[in-house]
Amino acid sequence: MSLRLAVLGAGAVGQSVVELASEYGHVVTAVADSTTATVDADGLDPASVLDRKEREGTVGDADIEDVLASDYDVLVEATPTTLGDAEPGFSHVRSALEADRHVVLANKGPVAERYDDLRALEADSAGTVQFEAAVGGAIPVLSTISDFGPDHINAARGVLNGTANFILSRMAAEGLGYEHVLAEAQDLGVAEADPSFDVEGTDAALKCVILANVLGDGGYSLDDAEVEGIQNIPGSALDLAAEDGRTVRLIGEATPSGVRVGPRLVPQNGTLAVSGTRNIVQLETEYAGNLNLSGRGAGGPETATAVLSDVSRIE
Amino acid sequence: MSENASDTFDSNGGGDSEVDDGDGTETDGGEHPQAHTIRLELVDEPGQLLAALSPISENGGNLLSIFHERGNLTPRGRIPVEVDLECPPDRFETIVTALRDNGVNVIQAGAERYGEELTLLLVGHLIDTDLSDTLQRIQRCADATVTDLSLSAPEGTDDVSSARLRLAARTGKTERVLDAIREVTDGKDIHVVEPLTEVSA
Repeated sequence: MSLRLAVLGAGAVGQSVVELASEYGHVVTAVADSTTATVDADGLDPASVLDRKEREGTVGDADIEDVLASDYDVLVEATPTTLGDAEPGFSHVRSALEADRHVVLANKGPVAERYDDLRALEADSAGTVQFEAAVGGAIPVLSTISDFGPDHINAARGVLNGTANFILSRMAAEGLGYEHVLAEAQDLGVAEADPSFDVEGTDAALKCVILANVLGDGGYSLDDAEVEGIQNIPGSALDLAAEDGRTVRLIGEATPSGVRVGPRLVPQNGTLAVSGTRNIVQLETEYAGNLNLSGRGAGGPETATAVLSDVSRIE
Repeated sequence: MSENASDTFDSNGGGDSEVDDGDGTETDGGEHPQAHTIRLELVDEPGQLLAALSPISENGGNLLSIFHERGNLTPRGRIPVEVDLECPPDRFETIVTALRDNGVNVIQAGAERYGEELTLLLVGHLIDTDLSDTLQRIQRCADATVTDLSLSAPEGTDDVSSARLRLAARTGKTERVLDAIREVTDGKDIHVVEPLTEVSA
């Protein structure tokens, strides 16, 4: 079924959704960035929207309200993640659900911080809410949980931030210090100019909160998570770990006892010691041992594939 | 000296009567005896093995086996002896204490007692915050034994140093041990990198 997509957010993920939608059989009828918007009920030309975004930094002359008022089937919420009240993302979702439209989120804020509010809005709407892209980028974590049945999964844990994992694995492999590797990661575009969201563990924590909400049917927000970053890990700690066949990874856990993110010792060649920007999620099942899902956890096209898989799941 | 296992049972008198012969007889002192292994070092002198074994039966332990290698000396010139016994859990401590009171050098008491090994990293100003005190308090508060320590302070005491610590902890008590460690290290601004305990697939 070809669906009409309204894409909010024109960063790496939003742009990739615009670019790849037609390959998945869908059409983009509206796009908004933080200040401008463009709407065409017959379908926008992806190339010209992306071209204008690149040349002028805007997507059109319309307003985001025009997008929300337009005739679309699915709202793709890919604006930057915000904490606390998760605005403006949450209001965008509310507007869509109140109009009985479907919502697909790449934005972690509303799902992590206001999961119960989100589910309440969904219950009163003919539309549905999906957010595969919010956890583990291209890795189908949430659809696997949904297929398997959240009641039969005891816990989820893993490496959910590629930036932190890149830094730790480079430090261990090259014997370099934190500051040195962080600077290198920034040069490579793996880390942002302000890397705090990633290295302090916030991003991984949001993903674990979402996992906890999915596994435990709500009730969690970032305030419930115990979070520690990797800024305090010196090279000497990684050396000592390596001498003993171990290494350090920023591990996030969503278990019945809560959400926890922090640097942890893991076996050097163990399942969870993925290297570089790779992510992995391990689902501890009730009757079937562990399921390990690994892949690219970030990036525009990668995350867009998760968004478009969600869209294609809509009946 | 011609001690061997059968000798000892004979000379030990009452020991035989307490051995569980498999018909469900309760061990003296209570139900559910558990198996324990004790490793001893004995001086090569007559009567030493008997001195080492009598505290076991006297305190309600059943000898299961004795591995006594006279030909194989420890670096200190002692004879290593491995004793398997079973006793109610609450008696084990008493037996080990009685052995030590008898002057027996107990190398390791009960694999079950410290059944879990735990490796973790400490990061901070470990030397300036008295590493020795940190370790002693961890052992005391956490009821765990430090079995290995590696320290790395590439910048001397000017910068943070790291330590890798291996602890032997009581089976099933690792969470409590980690809680206790956090309490000790919090006051010294030391970061703990805990091991991830995964359920194996």
